[in-house]
Amino acid sequence: MTFTHAVWLAVALPLLGFLVNGALAIWRPGAKGAVSLVGPGVLLGAFAVSLGVFAELWRNPAAAPVVVRLWSWLPVERLQVDLAFQVDQLSIVMLLIVTGVGSLIHLFSVGYMKEDPGYARYFAYLNLFVVFMLVLVLGSSFPVLFIGWEGVGLCSYLLIGFWFSEKANADAGKKAFIMNRIGDFGFLVAMFFIWRSFGSLDFGYVTEHAAEVLTPGGAIVTAITLFLFLGCTGKSAQIPLYTWLPDAMAGPTPVSALIHAATMVTAGVYLVARTNVLFAMAPVSSTVVAGIGALTALFAATIGLRQYDIKKVLAYSTVSQLGYMFVGVGTGAYVSGVFHLATHAFFKALLFLGSGSVIHAMHHAYHATHSPEDAQDMRNMGGLRAYLPVTFWLMMIATLAIAGIPPFAGFFSKDEILAAAFARGAERPVFYLYYAMGLLAALLTAFYMARLMAMTFLGPNRTGERERQHLHEAPWIMTGPLLVLGVLSALGGALNLPHLVGGHAALERWLEPVTEPARRFAHLVMPSGSTEYLLVGAAVAIGALGLWLGFRLTLGRPIPTAAAAPPDRGLALVLNRKYYVDEIYDALVVRPLAWFSRVVLWRGVDQQLVDGVAVNGTAFLSRLAGSGLRLLQTGQVGVYVVLFLVGAIWILRAVIR
Amino acid sequence: MTALLGSIHFGEWILHALLLLPLFGVVPVLLGDERSAKRTALIVTLVEFILSVGLWWSIPPGDGGFQLVTSLPWIPGWGIAYRVGLDGISLMMVLLTTALTPLSVLASWRYITTRERGYYALMLVLLTGLVGVFLALDLFLFYVFFEVMLIPMYFIIGIWGGTNRLYAAIKFFVYTMTGSLLMLVAIVALVWRVEASTGQLSFSYDFLLANAASAGRAAPWLFAAFALAFAIKVPIFPLHTWLPDAHVEAPTAGSVLLAGVMLKIGTYGFLRFAIPFFPEVALSPAVSTLMVGLAVVGIIYGALVALVQPDFKKLVAYSSVSHLGFVMLGIWGLTMQSVQGAMMVMISHGFSTGALFLLIGMLYERRHTRLIEDYGGIARAIPIFSLMLTVVALSSIGLPGLNGFIGEFLVLLGSFTAYPWATGVATTGVIFAAAYLLWAIQRIIFNRLDDRENEQLHDLSPRELAVILPLVIGIVWLGLYPKPVLDRMEPATRRFLQAAAPGMRTPTAMVGSPTVVAEPGR
Repeated sequence: MTFTHAVWLAVALPLLGFLVNGALAIWRPGAKGAVSLVGPGVLLGAFAVSLGVFAELWRNPAAAPVVVRLWSWLPVERLQVDLAFQVDQLSIVMLLIVTGVGSLIHLFSVGYMKEDPGYARYFAYLNLFVVFMLVLVLGSSFPVLFIGWEGVGLCSYLLIGFWFSEKANADAGKKAFIMNRIGDFGFLVAMFFIWRSFGSLDFGYVTEHAAEVLTPGGAIVTAITLFLFLGCTGKSAQIPLYTWLPDAMAGPTPVSALIHAATMVTAGVYLVARTNVLFAMAPVSSTVVAGIGALTALFAATIGLRQYDIKKVLAYSTVSQLGYMFVGVGTGAYVSGVFHLATHAFFKALLFLGSGSVIHAMHHAYHATHSPEDAQDMRNMGGLRAYLPVTFWLMMIATLAIAGIPPFAGFFSKDEILAAAFARGAERPVFYLYYAMGLLAALLTAFYMARLMAMTFLGPNRTGERERQHLHEAPWIMTGPLLVLGVLSALGGALNLPHLVGGHAALERWLEPVTEPARRFAHLVMPSGSTEYLLVGAAVAIGALGLWLGFRLTLGRPIPTAAAAPPDRGLALVLNRKYYVDEIYDALVVRPLAWFSRVVLWRGVDQQLVDGVAVNGTAFLSRLAGSGLRLLQTGQVGVYVVLFLVGAIWILRAVIR
Repeated sequence: MTALLGSIHFGEWILHALLLLPLFGVVPVLLGDERSAKRTALIVTLVEFILSVGLWWSIPPGDGGFQLVTSLPWIPGWGIAYRVGLDGISLMMVLLTTALTPLSVLASWRYITTRERGYYALMLVLLTGLVGVFLALDLFLFYVFFEVMLIPMYFIIGIWGGTNRLYAAIKFFVYTMTGSLLMLVAIVALVWRVEASTGQLSFSYDFLLANAASAGRAAPWLFAAFALAFAIKVPIFPLHTWLPDAHVEAPTAGSVLLAGVMLKIGTYGFLRFAIPFFPEVALSPAVSTLMVGLAVVGIIYGALVALVQPDFKKLVAYSSVSHLGFVMLGIWGLTMQSVQGAMMVMISHGFSTGALFLLIGMLYERRHTRLIEDYGGIARAIPIFSLMLTVVALSSIGLPGLNGFIGEFLVLLGSFTAYPWATGVATTGVIFAAAYLLWAIQRIIFNRLDDRENEQLHDLSPRELAVILPLVIGIVWLGLYPKPVLDRMEPATRRFLQAAAPGMRTPTAMVGSPTVVAEPGR
């Protein structure tokens, strides 16, 4: 028995946690001690299993994928889908991120959610989320991945609407689920195409036979990949289906860190990396993927410039950073995409948990004084550095990482993506545009992060005289996980240290067996020498400029509190209202559909046309005809049968009345 | 197990027992006093269910033919016989029926307070009718059972229904009666045609199936009559308008059996009779296009109309139109996957929609309203109820891992090869399904709990848990491990495909090396 073959334990442990915590939530909601033990405990167990699996693969890094079959799930003749897990170089990377970062966030939640009456329910959902996320990354076929894919959506729905008594929260959860379903429609259609072409839905089979079954650049592979990518735009919040993610911030902050930053939303990137051979065979689709990614990166970053809610800034930042990852995988630099996925998981989880620590403090302060002020509005913060020094310095590391300042983690991964896009430009010039958009988005990223840090931690405090007394640093159970994430955000670049600085591109080499099939169709020659230095220099300069501008412009003038602030106007208002995209969707899709369903279909077709004209009209006509014909006694048995039945109805009517 | 069943000659008496037991049960129900009627009915239906479970082992693997066939002369002069038997498809439908009936009885426990003896007697007659429909292998016998189940349901809606019950009951009756009379005419015409060419007068299913070709030029008309009868039952758009009315007015148990079992008699009829008898007509391009088109319209239409229903029960009723559209699409998809999927949707829909109606009934018993807007935030007041409602709704939405997904996925996957565009449009149904159910769920169990009456709701009683838990367990089990069910049905499904489409698109030809669809430009 090896760890690899026991990989199902990594899924079974959180499942056990879900069952235990779920039972406690129903029968013993007060048993917080048990929940605190079980909830994070099963995650740590899963992380240990993952480490064991990783260690085995480490000893034999070029190993072929191991498929651990649990049971036959969908056996219908040629279609034989097993509930099976695939252990390979890619799934183990995801496994480590999900269980590792997941463990930290579970620990953090013990402190953060301690006083919530739904504590047990919270951990039940969180455990269940990890179950589905692991099914997603371990599934050895499209349908099994899809179990996880929709399952994480469900948990996201439940956790966004965790405080469901607020209609806005319940709305946000529902919106997330439905927008994800639009993406899932694409995923399903992609599976149908794959089944029609391959007669199989297993990753192994599809990867192995893609070259013989599909024509590179052909219509079918393009359709498959575009539909898959539609699925990605839902799950990973890309244009046009991104609008659910900022609303998803209605959930508890650790949820935002785990689901809506580090893991679930990166599933789309994982999917493209998993099916890299298909995307490599479809250059048009890949160009679309990178294009949508670049557009989303830039678009979301502009919105992030004018948000006041600290979590909303981070939400748009996440949308934007996911855009980067799609630029990476769309460019054919699958490893860069996964690399950025990993570093982003570190620094964005840190930023969210840090913001959680800030909100925790703000909330306590306002709670203590019964103030109705918004604990998440950065205009009510300022100068928090004095009260939350640990949080401040750790978030500073994450800010430097996301802004792309060396040697922090984000620098290496973002730089690789931009360099790859630049390199692809030689072959497809539109990628130069993507590169430029990415660079501009990097400037904006550094700017809004500096603005966030400045408004939150620097300058004078705006929380209020009495409230200030109650501001305090979070307990160790919360700062501890932050510390670990801080180390990872600082040093995570070592995962894939480029040759330029004397590294060995470890992740690149590690994932080679997975990305190998794609290389036959799309090979990317990364820039080297002076070009490489130039690209790096530009990226660092842009990041530094953004930070400098952000701090300078934010601190350069006094910031009014939320209550005292004048309303936004002009471009600032448009950005603050997110370009009114939600309103546009509502007016163009939601309302017309509801009107069409209610007025045209239900009242029109159903009640007036079918029932009114056809059914009741027939009844009327037959009554008319019946009064004329009843004198005709034909003597046929059939007529008597009918008359008998009609008579029975009459009698029944009389009896009931 | 097989040995044990053999030792008691299980196979020789079980089908007759299943048909007669409920009828015998009527006697003690009617003779006993009013209060014990439900207990008697519960015992009878439970025994019926337990007995029927033994049928599971009566289907030998790999054999798509009818098992346990018994034939007794009935009206020999007209070639009518009491002929019963079952294959994997009817096995599942019988089990679904016998499983849902005791739950329906249990769900009526406090809902039905007047004329209990009559009510439970009718339930038992209905049970015989439903089981009989799936076991009959003689077309006249089938017709008789078809009518037998119609009449008790008519009374159940008409007597124990809601305020508008008479309109709904008569609408239901006239709609179904129109179809079934036409079907009777078609049956007799087919029998005469076959007699004219073979010289033998018989209503036997196998005999008619083997000689259905003698229908000749009348085939399109005969198919049309069968199809209309079954289409009303399914119901296919635009013949569906009896359904929302019947559901809203029917008592909970009526809705459960109506949606859970009776609708499937329509799709079962297509699988068993209409298509195998007249494959050239049924699968001609024109008819196929029409049926697939109506199936897709039903999927989308049902979902969109469900979206805007203020009454939760009506919402679920319209969602049935949508779900049954998937079944029709799968049947006409004519691949192993799509037809197996259609069967799975029939089973799953029985579980999840049955459970939805049961839960709505439980809510109605507490608050006497089914309007969605009268609720809100009740997850705080009744968490266990809300948990059950959520699981069941998710199954209905088709969340993978629960039962609803299996059927829908197989239907769509299997139909895509033959009808890519129609299937693509049908797939959007998954979006609307999420929209109408999640929106309803939110307005019922989430949002603010601000109604005093809602605050004082009490959570599920042990009896109610006993009703709903078996279904929820089934929902999870079928979603994670549908293999035993799929395996049991596979031979019968293969037989259907062979009967339906000799030589065309036979999926068995796909066994072996991977079929690769050639790409243009290759």
